[in-house]
Amino acid sequence: MTGIEQIAAAFAGHGKRAALMPYLMAGFPDLDSSRRIGLAAADAGADLLELGVPFSDPLADGPMIHMAGTRALEAGVHTAEVLALARELAPAAPLVLMCYANPILARGVERFADELAAAGASGLIVPDLPLEEAPAVAGACEDRGLALVPLVAPTTPDDRLEAIGRRARGFLYAVSLLGTTGERHGLADSFASVVARAAAHTDVPVAVGFGIATGAHAVEAARAGADGVIVGSRLIRAAAEAHDRGEDPAPSVGAVVEELAAALATEPSR
Amino acid sequence: MSTEAIEHRFGPYGGQYVPETLMPALAELEAAWEQARRDPQFTDELDRLLGDYAGRPTPLYLAARVSDVVGHPVYLKREDLMHTGSHKLNNALGQCLLARRMGKRRVIAETGAGQHGVAAATACALLDLECVVYMGSEDIRRQAPNVQRMDLLGATVHTVETGARTLKEAVSAAIRDWVANVEDSHYAIGSAVGPAPYPALVRDLQRVIGDEARAQILEREGRLPERVIACVGGGSNSIGMFRAFYEDAEVALVGVEAAGEGLDSTRHGAPLTAGGRPGVLHGSLSAVLQDEDGQILEAHSISAGLDYPGAGPEHAFLRDSGRARYVAVTDRDALDAFARLSRLEGIVPALEPAHALHWALANPHAELDLICLSGRGDKDLAQVREARGDDGPAPR
Ligand SMILES: Cc1ncc(COP(=O)(O)O)c(C=O)c1O
Repeated sequence: MTGIEQIAAAFAGHGKRAALMPYLMAGFPDLDSSRRIGLAAADAGADLLELGVPFSDPLADGPMIHMAGTRALEAGVHTAEVLALARELAPAAPLVLMCYANPILARGVERFADELAAAGASGLIVPDLPLEEAPAVAGACEDRGLALVPLVAPTTPDDRLEAIGRRARGFLYAVSLLGTTGERHGLADSFASVVARAAAHTDVPVAVGFGIATGAHAVEAARAGADGVIVGSRLIRAAAEAHDRGEDPAPSVGAVVEELAAALATEPSR
Repeated sequence: MSTEAIEHRFGPYGGQYVPETLMPALAELEAAWEQARRDPQFTDELDRLLGDYAGRPTPLYLAARVSDVVGHPVYLKREDLMHTGSHKLNNALGQCLLARRMGKRRVIAETGAGQHGVAAATACALLDLECVVYMGSEDIRRQAPNVQRMDLLGATVHTVETGARTLKEAVSAAIRDWVANVEDSHYAIGSAVGPAPYPALVRDLQRVIGDEARAQILEREGRLPERVIACVGGGSNSIGMFRAFYEDAEVALVGVEAAGEGLDSTRHGAPLTAGGRPGVLHGSLSAVLQDEDGQILEAHSISAGLDYPGAGPEHAFLRDSGRARYVAVTDRDALDAFARLSRLEGIVPALEPAHALHWALANPHAELDLICLSGRGDKDLAQVREARGDDGPAPR
């Protein structure tokens, strides 16, 4: 199966109200812990895994993910180690790498795509590579059956959404709000409309992320028509808090993923 | 004002490497600028403010004693005499007028030396706009007078505590604010960096420096300068200066970066001079200090305005094409030029243009120099004293 096919199968076969896609930061709190966090998340009901590559200047990320990336870099995590980690996690669940543009360009687009495919990853998300800058990376992914997953935002107008939706592979990532990643009290007003507009403009599943932190949020997203939900900062916080208490972060993250999976699996009580 | 196409790329450099959320805002900004620059109502108002309010045209000064030292005439373009004390106000006035025209009542800015922050706060006070400025805590420490000025002008200054707590992180924080508030806010970037259309927009707003200086030196000397020299942080005063001379093939364009503690150390701010693989920082592909993995490295310079690991994409293009050359000057040499200009001419320069001055003093083989004195040095007095280990002015 190609990466694109693996993602399609994950969205088709999860048996939940929406596919659950936990985000974890490679190398946070350290490389081995992040490996165990990924495995724990898969065990706890993750349908896909999103693996973040630490970057020095993460413009789309709020304080929690920024902190995790900074800590990973301070500990000396390199791209080669992140790709090795991807190789260990990919058998547990279809894996999508989240990486800013510069580490990809620095390695060379073709080489990066080769190594990603060799690691058994299914796709790639590049938060600072809009449609206009994407052709080289899109081509390299396409050649290897990898999904380049584009993002759309509440500000994206319909004609642009259409162009992005047409080129989406794997799934379309709907950013739920105006802002960076991070937990919020509630979902933004913009969230239902961006999900609906995204779905109307693409043939691939729509997963919603940014600000989704609780089972209730996840259910609300599924109700609004999202085919998948992405949860990041909440899980990074769980890992950070456990680590700071001197505990193994993997079970803590696993417990939160289990809650989210349970919420998505059952009819919510109102 | 230029009416040429607004460039997205300069050769391979530039582009728009930003989160999707910002793409419509960049398109809106480009369309607004495309219209405004052709609209006499806009350009007249900008010209009037640059004149009556900001003090343009700034003088071109023949620095007689510096000229004696190097053995040929050296002219200083006196941006230090502009309102707020640096060239940054040229850009801030233009962008804040544009923000108002777009109906955006809130302006976000980043600042390193504090000069762009002060300029943005000033323009916002004048135009009755809300102003939010991001500044690293290290820069807040070393450029304290400018923090007080921003506060007086009614701006809100947010302290940035990430990374090296300097300009790179301030730009990142400003972009994150813009992502969250893009509908009612304009991001007034302070240099010729960032995603398109910013590098072209900032250059066009700063080219008044070069246009004036070119006419002034022709009038005074009856000829063009042999060399045009300007410091390069992000590259706005230099690109504004250089732009006027692109077609004058006989004029050498020299951009002076910060060599910090030396180009052979890792502590400098000279991505153009150092060379190396281009990379993406803050939305555009250009010269950047980075490691093997594409992680952006921290810069270092004694001058907060040059303490940045990137440079505008048009500079990378000018370097590759050979139209401009880039050199670098250390902290120590910049401090030396800072003191020499003060004593020789009674002009205390900002530490940023002190880099350009030093290069001209150290490379005297020319017939006629034009140097951009991009700002005044009041903001740097505490920093200079600290660097020298002085307790006060040197006794004489
Ligand atoms: C006086 C002065 N000159 C130069 C610079 C460097 O910026 P740029 O390269 O954009 O002109 C600064 C930046 O703060 C400055 O304050």
